[in-house]
Amino acid sequence: MGYTENELAKDLENQEYKFGFVTDIESDKAPIGLNENIIRFISAKKNEPEWLLEHRLEAFEVWKTMTEPEWAHVHYTKPDFQAITYYSAPKQTKKYESWDDVDPEMKATMAKLGISMEEQQRLTGVAVDFVMDSVSVATSFKAKLAELGIIFCSFSEAVQEHPELVKKHMGTVVPTTDNFYAALNSAVFTDGSFCYIPKGVRCPMELSTYFRINEGGTGQFERTLVVADEGAYVSYLEGCTAPQRDENQLHAAVVELIALENAEIKYSTVQNWYPGDKNGLGGVFNFVTKRGMCERNAKISWTQVETGSAVTWKYPSCILKGDNSIGEFYSVAVTNNYQQADTGTKMIHLGKNTKSTIISKGISAGFSQNSYRGLVQIHKNATNARNFSQCDSLLMTDTCGAHTFPYIECKNSTSKIEHEATTSKIGEDQIFYCLQRGISEEKAISLIVNGYCKEVLNQLPMEFAVEAQKLLAISLEGSVG
Amino acid sequence: MSTTLSINKLAKFTTALTPTSLTFSQDVIKDALAQLSSSEFPTTRNEQWKYTRVGKIAAIEPQVKTEYTRKLPKYSIAENAVTFVFENGIFRSDLSYGEVINGVTIKPLTACTAAELVSVGKLAKIEGDVFNSMNSAYASDGIYIHIASNTIVQKKIQIIQILTGNQTVANTRNYLFCDKFSKAEIIFGAFSHDATNSFNNVVTEILVEENADLTIDKIQYEEAGNYTIATENVQQAKDSTFTINTLTLNGTIVRNNLTINVAGTNCTTNLNGAYLLKENQHVDNHTVVDHLTPHCNSNELYKGVIDDKATAVFNGKVFVRKDAQKINAFQSNGNVLLSDNASVNSKPELEIYADDVKCSHGSTTGQLDEEAVFYLRARGLSEKSARHLMVSAFIGDVLEKIESEDVLAFTQKILQERFGWEF
Amino acid sequence: MITIKNLHASIDGKEILKGLNLEVKAGEVHAIMGPNGAGKSTLASVLAGREEYEITEGEVNFDGTDLLELSPEDRAREGLFLAFQYPIEIPGVSNVNFLRTALNEIREYKGQEAISAKDFMALVREKSAIVELDAKLASRSVNEGFSGGEKKRNEIFQMAMLAPKLAILDETDSGLDIDALRIVASGVNKLKSPENATIVITHYQRLLDYIVPDFVHVLYNGKIVKSGTKELALELEEKGYDWIKAEVDKH
Repeated sequence: MGYTENELAKDLENQEYKFGFVTDIESDKAPIGLNENIIRFISAKKNEPEWLLEHRLEAFEVWKTMTEPEWAHVHYTKPDFQAITYYSAPKQTKKYESWDDVDPEMKATMAKLGISMEEQQRLTGVAVDFVMDSVSVATSFKAKLAELGIIFCSFSEAVQEHPELVKKHMGTVVPTTDNFYAALNSAVFTDGSFCYIPKGVRCPMELSTYFRINEGGTGQFERTLVVADEGAYVSYLEGCTAPQRDENQLHAAVVELIALENAEIKYSTVQNWYPGDKNGLGGVFNFVTKRGMCERNAKISWTQVETGSAVTWKYPSCILKGDNSIGEFYSVAVTNNYQQADTGTKMIHLGKNTKSTIISKGISAGFSQNSYRGLVQIHKNATNARNFSQCDSLLMTDTCGAHTFPYIECKNSTSKIEHEATTSKIGEDQIFYCLQRGISEEKAISLIVNGYCKEVLNQLPMEFAVEAQKLLAISLEGSVG
Repeated sequence: MSTTLSINKLAKFTTALTPTSLTFSQDVIKDALAQLSSSEFPTTRNEQWKYTRVGKIAAIEPQVKTEYTRKLPKYSIAENAVTFVFENGIFRSDLSYGEVINGVTIKPLTACTAAELVSVGKLAKIEGDVFNSMNSAYASDGIYIHIASNTIVQKKIQIIQILTGNQTVANTRNYLFCDKFSKAEIIFGAFSHDATNSFNNVVTEILVEENADLTIDKIQYEEAGNYTIATENVQQAKDSTFTINTLTLNGTIVRNNLTINVAGTNCTTNLNGAYLLKENQHVDNHTVVDHLTPHCNSNELYKGVIDDKATAVFNGKVFVRKDAQKINAFQSNGNVLLSDNASVNSKPELEIYADDVKCSHGSTTGQLDEEAVFYLRARGLSEKSARHLMVSAFIGDVLEKIESEDVLAFTQKILQERFGWEF
Repeated sequence: MITIKNLHASIDGKEILKGLNLEVKAGEVHAIMGPNGAGKSTLASVLAGREEYEITEGEVNFDGTDLLELSPEDRAREGLFLAFQYPIEIPGVSNVNFLRTALNEIREYKGQEAISAKDFMALVREKSAIVELDAKLASRSVNEGFSGGEKKRNEIFQMAMLAPKLAILDETDSGLDIDALRIVASGVNKLKSPENATIVITHYQRLLDYIVPDFVHVLYNGKIVKSGTKELALELEEKGYDWIKAEVDKH
């Protein structure tokens, strides 16, 4: 028990979006809009090799022919892709040699995010890559990781330093043509993180990336590529924040995970992009493509706690290609006020004896809409495939909605698929029981909600779990109807 | 590009059909024609038809049937029942029989006055629905059943629909009205006789009034090589009970669209379905239970056994609307695949807009428990009978909900004949 | 400790309590008995502050404060404890986490500092022994998957942890076998002190063999119709409630 809900009390006092501040650092921005020249500008800015520029331009050509996806349960004004700045780097783009070189104001930003790198370095030994408005700012612990042959750096740096690895793996899990936002990202991505764990190496510390959108009117299009070579293991954390703004900001990331034979990747996300104000004004559009490929005996585990964004559209998926591979998805999605979330996973069983587990907990409050949309697909050759899905929804008010759309497609008779779902209201009896023991209503709700999400929160590394719990409490403040 | 081509397909298809001469609202017919003129046969890009291709139906060159097949063997599910028979959507008075039941009006739609048919078309959705529209514009006939208030019908009633001939297209329309405090059980049987490549498009509208209790048994046993799209639109008023048992035992493509609007408080709704598929059958059950009012219960149980190259689709939607508090809605779908080439697509959905509800759904897909089969063999059962026993136990959950002994006996007979399963 | 005067309470427009009077002093144990539907559980719910009940008349003074003006959690913080007839399950929330939150909120209310993790765990060990509650149950989710007896023992364990001024045990004996009953009762007895008081609501006399009451009251038709010492309970056990009903209905 590393925390108590008591500690949350202080945070609960803060009614407003906790991370709503703008860092005053001059930005080096591309002109507004999107065309071939902008892409060439980004590529040139990043001093990219010709093949990558080609890759971007191809993606752009494909994107132009695609139409934006429409989902029945997500309603929003579509972004104007010509009104977005596609490149916005904090002006000092020189590479930092050490943490001490980082702009003090930026350090302050990180401190406000509650993720002071100094502290993290000292206390937890988490290696952090910090991406602000699409450009990677600093990567800590690099030298230490290098001793083990682990590469953990910004995506741009990887393009310069390890082009062969990037070229080999990039786009193999999420092809350029995959979907509208993946194509857009492939054309205009500015930075992100890259991680490679060599054969047989167990990464000794949690690797972590923090993303932040800072400039107004910018889009964040980062790319993450994690490759765990045969027998390797890595636990990777990702955190997201954005300042309060009236207009909607666009975040369209692509994350690709590759787990080679016997490798294991644990990928955890705590997402609290600005959700918009209580009337639904502003907030981030979070349209993300996340997918992992499992080779023989490999395992990929996605854990996410999603409390932010005005609109979320995200399905971290696993392609269980190799025999005996395992995919897991643990998710808590909280929506309040006018937030909309359409999230879930896809488990594609191709190999024999593949297993997948899906635990999804949705919590809806205010006027929000929260949907689980998932696909379990058992292909013909996936003998003895197993899937277990559990999707629970908790309703806090009578003005919100919770929806479950599981797609189950089975083409193999030896497989076994189980799906369970429940929808229920937060129990008034439970709240009264807490009240009778002297616990306030707000805290009672926080206790009950955290208990309800426990199976997912347990999957997170400890520091992240604490942060996630605080986020849940803050997101649901004053939400019981 | 492909759009122009396919628009011709539906238009060509419907030009071969005979416009309806039934005396229901001209507005419905007008709307239906307008919908048809701007639509095409659905493709798998349409979410509603994601797993079911209607290409085989669209490829039919509809033949206009002007006369009956003179001789037809007797098709029946319940002996001594009041029986109405339709061949290709046309009433066969010569094959229909039975006595008059007090408080019950049963007759073909063609024998109904405009006043009796005034509500036809109010429940079946035209917009965006090609097959409902086609039925509304081209329906030939169907059954009209009116059960007067306080009438408890003890007599059995069965409606038999038979498809005959090659490339026949039948548009059958039924209308059922159960007035306040009435109670009845009605059997619908769909058969075919020497039919090939024929299509029956059935639309049934059902109104269950205050405190009424209606049970429908729907048995689908058409020959291989024929296609069925059966749509039921049901509306329940307060305190009513509606039960529908859908048993699909044969048919190459069978699509059931069952939509139940629970529009009054304190209703009970039961949906049971069993589908037993083999060869290259494709059976798709789409169900919608729409809870518009508080304090209601719905229970849905669909189970299927899929053999050979057959495919089953289940899409069950439960809506709980904003003010429909205190709803208990349960949905369960189970599938057993008996062969490596069998497949199933299951999509159980919950859409909840109220907050004080108890809803759950479950879906399982798997094969027979080999351990259990082995256990039974170790107790002296042959492998075949061990498997039959397991299948019967699996599907038995659904069958035991059926109250009509005639329906059960019929189903068991077919299962034995067609699948060799003893129950 | 608590003085209830002319208490009237109704639910959904139906009056359940019809002018109830009761006084409990520190150090005393009172038993409230009565036939089904007499209003026993309503009294417990009203005192704990369930909002479904409407107080139409009367007053309740709890150690100098107007109890009816307090929110349910403030009643608890003032030292009123209800052992639920049907303890509630809270999945995923461990018993210890639950209790630590409760304890610290109560301490905060009283202007005391939060209890340290070490002191808290020591307290858990000490108090769980009182009701012979397996230490494992303390770390399990609140009441989830507990047997009936374990749930009731857990209620008494929570009571021990929170050390209330007034404990109301609502049918704590129902559904218990004799061993569990003995454990629960001995837990309650151990917690008894000159500073606190207990109201035992029960349908059966057998609990009172273990928790000896100073006073026994019979609740019937929303009022206390007869009060006496523990002998009254024995008389009720022997004769049932009919003679009291007859006596009351005569008037």
